[in-house]
Amino acid sequence: MAQAHDQAVPPPTPMEARYIAVQKSPEFQDLRRRYRRWVFPVTAVSLLWYFLYVALAAYATDFMGTKLYGNINVGLVMGLAQFVTTFGVTSAYVRYAGRVLDPRSAKIREEMEEEGLL
Amino acid sequence: MIALAAEAEQVGNTWLNLAIFGGFVAITMIFVIRAGKTNKSAADMYTAGAAFTGRQNGIAISGDYLSAASFLGIAGAIALTGYDGFLYSIGFLVAWLVALLLVAELLRNTGRYTMADVLAFRMREGPVRTAAATSTLTVSFFYLLAQMAGAGGLVALLMNIDDRLGQSIVIAAVGALMITYVLIGGMKGTTYVQIIKAVLLIAGAALMSVWVLANYGMNFSDLLGDGAAAGALLEPGAKYGLSGTTKLDFISLAIALVLGTAGLPHILMRFYTVPTAKEARRSVVWAIWLIGLFYLFTLTLGYGAAALVGPERIAAAPGAANSAAPLLAYELGGTVLLGVISAVAFATILAVVAGLTITASASFAHDIYASVIHKGNAPPGAEVRVARIAAIVVGVVAILGGIAANGQNIAFLVALAFAVAASANLPTILYSLFWKRFNTRGCLWSIYGGLIITVGLIAFSPAVSGAETAMFPNSDWAWFPLSNPGIVSIPASFLLGFLGSITSSEHLENKASEMEVRSLTGAGAEGQALDH
Repeated sequence: MAQAHDQAVPPPTPMEARYIAVQKSPEFQDLRRRYRRWVFPVTAVSLLWYFLYVALAAYATDFMGTKLYGNINVGLVMGLAQFVTTFGVTSAYVRYAGRVLDPRSAKIREEMEEEGLL
Repeated sequence: MIALAAEAEQVGNTWLNLAIFGGFVAITMIFVIRAGKTNKSAADMYTAGAAFTGRQNGIAISGDYLSAASFLGIAGAIALTGYDGFLYSIGFLVAWLVALLLVAELLRNTGRYTMADVLAFRMREGPVRTAAATSTLTVSFFYLLAQMAGAGGLVALLMNIDDRLGQSIVIAAVGALMITYVLIGGMKGTTYVQIIKAVLLIAGAALMSVWVLANYGMNFSDLLGDGAAAGALLEPGAKYGLSGTTKLDFISLAIALVLGTAGLPHILMRFYTVPTAKEARRSVVWAIWLIGLFYLFTLTLGYGAAALVGPERIAAAPGAANSAAPLLAYELGGTVLLGVISAVAFATILAVVAGLTITASASFAHDIYASVIHKGNAPPGAEVRVARIAAIVVGVVAILGGIAANGQNIAFLVALAFAVAASANLPTILYSLFWKRFNTRGCLWSIYGGLIITVGLIAFSPAVSGAETAMFPNSDWAWFPLSNPGIVSIPASFLLGFLGSITSSEHLENKASEMEVRSLTGAGAEGQALDH
């Protein structure tokens, strides 16, 4: 299968070949893995968490209306929890990107510049 | 109070409202004219030379995003239906995670002016740009229509103009002002307008929230109790919980809201006004904090309006739900605060329409005129000239559409814009960034398919005919039960993009490799380290 697939892809232009070489480098594969491994699951969990909340609001109104403290009910706390998780994911991503992704992508970019790729 | 009720909500002082609004226009116009001095090239016109900082752009994004629907609409929905109004704001906020994690930085690294840049990077430029421009113009049109029609309702309340001619004149004036901003100031001027507006709007909402809470000794629970006693429910269900269909409709809306934001063309374009992907990230972070904060204020404002003004009075006022926030301002701070909040609401509409106009005109001039018609060889200066003409045309169409749609149910126009953005734009953006097999046919099927399915389902939905609140309440050709098509149109569009790609023999994997390297590293990105 893989071979038939490769045959369908036309040969790369010289410019594309240089980018493909970068793409295949261990440094780039490392960056790509670290990016995807973080953002894909976090996006998926955030959306699932949101849809869980939406489903509860639509189909479990009694549960959402359960009073917890004074007039503060489960629905309000769940809604505010969506704010908290959104802010939390945002801060966590900024830290992760600054610590893990930015130095790696900058290094690859500089190497490409030195090789006159840009 | 009794005299007030007898006056049938002739609240506030028209001249004071006008004067405060005039002050806003004067101040922003100074910024716009100063920005206009450097508004020469296409890059200036569309993206302000990519020279804004992340913080400036983040504030401007919140100014672009927090439309009148957010401010007046959500506060009003909470005041009248309680918790269900709050649900809107959560979808609008969580949506930003998609933009932050998957779209903003990669888009910044692979495009220059418009969403179509990213698609055209890999695929056949002509058809793909035409498709992207079509969906951009469609989303912008529906969104513009909602804002302009909203302006009409606002006028009724704030200036005591209740005849249709008077409202039409004000809509035209708002449109003319917006065209002026865009023509003189370009993206730079528009951004300043959005920044000023965002600061005023968030500060105004903060002031009112603290004021409301102060009435309850800073006890939020007591405020909720009073709001609930007045009729704003504390649990979900007042609006969407009526039947199985309305619940499904709500789920469908929630999907469109959370996936639509990262496909809104005027939001995507803002990512190009900063120099690097890192600044694009910073923009979104600022936007998320400001937008989140603002929605927390609207929660207080909504229940505050229910408790202090009362749902009956709000529903009876001209502009109905939209009048909740202005009436609350009047209740709290009299004519002066009402004047300030009214001016802020007008400024909101003005800034959002200016952002939409610049996006629509850029899409036409850059994607259709310069790239498709002239194949990238448009005569020097011609693209900017076309963009200016397009801005005037878009503005005039928005004015006429707004006058025609004045008094219509505008909530569904915003929902429609989000549904089209989520169906026609987001799948193609995600596919082109993350799926190497994606190609021209997949892109076209996804954009046109998503567009046609979304608009088609809306046309045959109870939002357009067959219901009391429909556009045409006296006819009935509806067969699709939901007012929000997202639950069908978004998966359909993803599926079409997939099917179109795998059935086409076009293989763009090499270009996809180049795009992936560029998107993650910023190599060769426009505006990146451009020191010449």
